[in-house]
Amino acid sequence: MIDCKQATRLLSEQQERNLSRREKLALKFHVFMCKACRNFGQQMGTLRDLARSYAKGEEKVQDRQQPSDSNPQDK
Amino acid sequence: MTESVPVGRDGIEAGRTPQAQTLQDAQFLTELRQQMLKFARLQLRDDDQAEDAVQEALAGALKNEDSFKRQAALRTWVFSILKYKIADILRYRQRVIATSELGDDEHREQAFMDGLFDSGGHWHKAERPSSWTGPQGGVHSDHFWRVFDACLNGLPEKQARVFMMREFIELESEEICEQLTLSTSNLHVTLYRARLRLRACLENGWFDPSTAEEATP
Repeated sequence: MIDCKQATRLLSEQQERNLSRREKLALKFHVFMCKACRNFGQQMGTLRDLARSYAKGEEKVQDRQQPSDSNPQDK
Repeated sequence: MTESVPVGRDGIEAGRTPQAQTLQDAQFLTELRQQMLKFARLQLRDDDQAEDAVQEALAGALKNEDSFKRQAALRTWVFSILKYKIADILRYRQRVIATSELGDDEHREQAFMDGLFDSGGHWHKAERPSSWTGPQGGVHSDHFWRVFDACLNGLPEKQARVFMMREFIELESEEICEQLTLSTSNLHVTLYRARLRLRACLENGWFDPSTAEEATP
């Protein structure tokens, strides 16, 4: 069992690297049980979208909510 | 590295090609310049260097303006030029800054993490991320971007730099590690901390209406 600290770290890190099967499984299980980390995972995607829109000087952001447990690298 | 060019709020010569219309649109150019400056200042934290980078990016854009027909494409393109300028400046600066200056304050980070998670590694009740689905629509507003600005400015410098290299300039992890002589795990933890801070700041400042007033700049 991983805790919220470990889960959020993985949710951040999966934007830079592919998680191992073991990590994915542990994360999936944790996120299934934990609403706060589920929200955190969605926010990671939103944060990336926001940052890119900001960098592009756009006034708005696409509403893209990605599932927190199935977004490997987001390129 | 600054070359002087006739660019500015109102410094564009008129009548080149029909395609160049957008760069001669004074209002569009003023807005674009403001956005670019904001972006450059945030990353470089040096007004003069930011001005130079923006000026050079706009000069580069003007030289090749014929290839750009639509305003939206033009904006994206000009920003991509700016990103390269900024990346260059950061690379140069990195070579002259001692690595020690970029060292994180581990005590500060430990305290920050303790504020978010209990000893069992679970979220403290008050810090649990909530759902952002509700007020997403409001993200279109100027007000939101001011909050976003303030949150970015609130990041510790190293975290801000790494976050922007990753998410604004969209550099790959390997390149950031190389530029900043960071280990991969160091990069991961730095991005993680930046994201923890940003998301908390946005939630307090924007998505959670009960605290929105306090965090607004």
